[in-house]
Amino acid sequence: MTSTAIFLSLILLALVAFALTRQKALVSAGGDPAKLHSLPRHYGYFASACVILPGLLAFSIWLIFGKSIIEGLILAGLPENVYQEGVDNAALVLNRIRLAIENTVAVEKDPDILAAAQRFNDLYIKGLWATFALSISFGLVGLYLAANRTQPDFRARNKFERILLIALAISSVLAVATTLGIVGSLLFESLRFFQEVSLVEFVFGLHWSPQTALRADQVASAGAFGAVPLFAGTLLISLIAMSVAGPIGLLAAIYLTQYASVRMRKVAKPVLEILAGVPTVVYGFFAALTVAPMFRDMGIVLGLDIASESALAAGLVMGIMIIPFVSSLSDDAITAVPKSLKDGSLALGATPSETIKQVVLPAALPGIVGAFLLAVSRAVGETMIVVMAAGMQPKLTANPLEAVTTVTVQIVALLTGDQEFDSAKTLSAFALGLALFVSTMALNVVALKIVRKYREVYD
Amino acid sequence: MLKMATEFENMTDVRTAKMSAKDVHVFYGDTHAVKGISLDLHQDEVTALIGPSGCGKSTFLRCLNRMNDTVTTCRVEGTITLDGENIYDPKIDVVQLRARVGMVFQKPNPFPKSIYDNVAYGPRIHGLAQHRTDLDEIVTTALEKAGLWNEVKDRLDSPGTALSGGQQQRLCIARAIAVNPEVILMDEPCSALDPIATAKVEALIDELKGRYAIAIVTHSMQQAARVSQKTAFFHLGDLVEHGDTTEIFTAPKEERTRDYITGRFG
Repeated sequence: MTSTAIFLSLILLALVAFALTRQKALVSAGGDPAKLHSLPRHYGYFASACVILPGLLAFSIWLIFGKSIIEGLILAGLPENVYQEGVDNAALVLNRIRLAIENTVAVEKDPDILAAAQRFNDLYIKGLWATFALSISFGLVGLYLAANRTQPDFRARNKFERILLIALAISSVLAVATTLGIVGSLLFESLRFFQEVSLVEFVFGLHWSPQTALRADQVASAGAFGAVPLFAGTLLISLIAMSVAGPIGLLAAIYLTQYASVRMRKVAKPVLEILAGVPTVVYGFFAALTVAPMFRDMGIVLGLDIASESALAAGLVMGIMIIPFVSSLSDDAITAVPKSLKDGSLALGATPSETIKQVVLPAALPGIVGAFLLAVSRAVGETMIVVMAAGMQPKLTANPLEAVTTVTVQIVALLTGDQEFDSAKTLSAFALGLALFVSTMALNVVALKIVRKYREVYD
Repeated sequence: MLKMATEFENMTDVRTAKMSAKDVHVFYGDTHAVKGISLDLHQDEVTALIGPSGCGKSTFLRCLNRMNDTVTTCRVEGTITLDGENIYDPKIDVVQLRARVGMVFQKPNPFPKSIYDNVAYGPRIHGLAQHRTDLDEIVTTALEKAGLWNEVKDRLDSPGTALSGGQQQRLCIARAIAVNPEVILMDEPCSALDPIATAKVEALIDELKGRYAIAIVTHSMQQAARVSQKTAFFHLGDLVEHGDTTEIFTAPKEERTRDYITGRFG
């Protein structure tokens, strides 16, 4: 007996329930579906739901509590020399038991543990059978109740729709709850970080050097957690990216919406959208292997000192990455401007260019601003390109030719490789993540507000 | 009054038309929307274009200032002249043409700008005013001519979109006359307005006819009878009948015209 088998038998039972109640409903109406309140299949659906839901409930009780109940029983049954209550080695003992079960090679010698492993197996199989029996009997009770209610005047469709509605609501609650959980853990870990490092140092400190001593006697830097250089680097790269993506994206959108022929538009729009589908890691090695060395070589020719990993290269490639983003959102904003406004302007003898500059763009401006803000929030949160091409130096500089580092790069650096989860070094990643989350969320909220406000004007 | 109209009619042959369409065909892709229409518009006169929906009257109207150019699938054949010049001549600057032949649309379409800027928009792009004072005067005059001045003179800075529907439409008329056109085309200007606003716009059209050649597309027989001197009846892309409004409404020559006017179809 396995979990899959339980699941499958429940489904089988549900199918049987569907067929049975559907038939029963028809019979109860004397074979005339018009006499039923709902369609015959609705009675079937309702009965299936009555079987599946209680059955799944029993099954999920086993999934959630089964293992810990068995573990409790096993631990309680162990002799005192192996496991004593109140001593904190339960996890260790359980691990040995688990290894004893999984390992075909007999590494474990302790007879008590081996006996416990045997018992665990027995209990587990018994538990599964019990769950099977419980689910099926729950399902059968459900089927009995549903079949009992299958009368011509029973509002099966309404009941079933109600069940579906609850399922939909639970799905959305799950989605929101998961997000909240992530944010919560981010907050919680950040709080732990701020117990060790002051908020003031984090927000205003100019020096970032997260390497801390692991042991008390270790000679290492004490660690400095001033995040300003990271924010400055993020800002610098986002600025470069936006100064590439903003004008090009907007001009492309203007061309595509106002001037391009239908054929050109048919070709160019999907191509731009394909560009949006290129994985960022591809842009990343394009930046690191092609663009950055090109800038460095150009710098040599011009007598400029350009680092081989520079903010300029990363920002430029990131800008190229978000061009499709800016252009397609601006495109939407511009196409949403009613044609009547454009016609009104043209009919006054305005040239197409005057019309675009003085009527179309001002009317689309809120949407365009929203597009830009969303693009900025993407640039700020972008990771792969900067990890590969922007460098690692937390340097406070406005010079785009130098290597800088960003918030996302530091998070990657802090959380890759070996780490311990109680040091300020690791926890600082959560604080950085929180800062990033708050800033991009603020940008998104503002952007969506602007876009929405704008929609209200023209709908 | 009737006598005067007859005298007017006798004069039309000697007057030269302000705008003259000869054998105009319009195609939307493969659809033949307007089939060989010849019609004159005269100075100081309102011409009403009537007919059931889809009969090509709006399409024809939009040919007169080449607004159909904005529809990529649209093709126009035949000649339309303004003061004797063919407006579909490649040498003609369509921007200049539209400054001379203004248009008011079915749905009021004020720009999302202030009332002042809405009216000043045309004069600004055509450089009609050298100084701010000149511009102020043009705006004031246009709003006065459109009968809107008294209602908006204290709030010229508030957005044009905040006005009521009827006021918006009069604002659009003011915007059109601010560039000093010679012809004004109106495409069902009252279809989105309530009766009171309609009455105001009709009174305005009546006043304007002294200065411009006006063509108005309308679905309302009463409106055509009230505001126009000439009426043209369109049906399925053909110009069935045209002539003096009084004549068309009292003694139509064609049976289709009579049926439409009396409400038997359309």
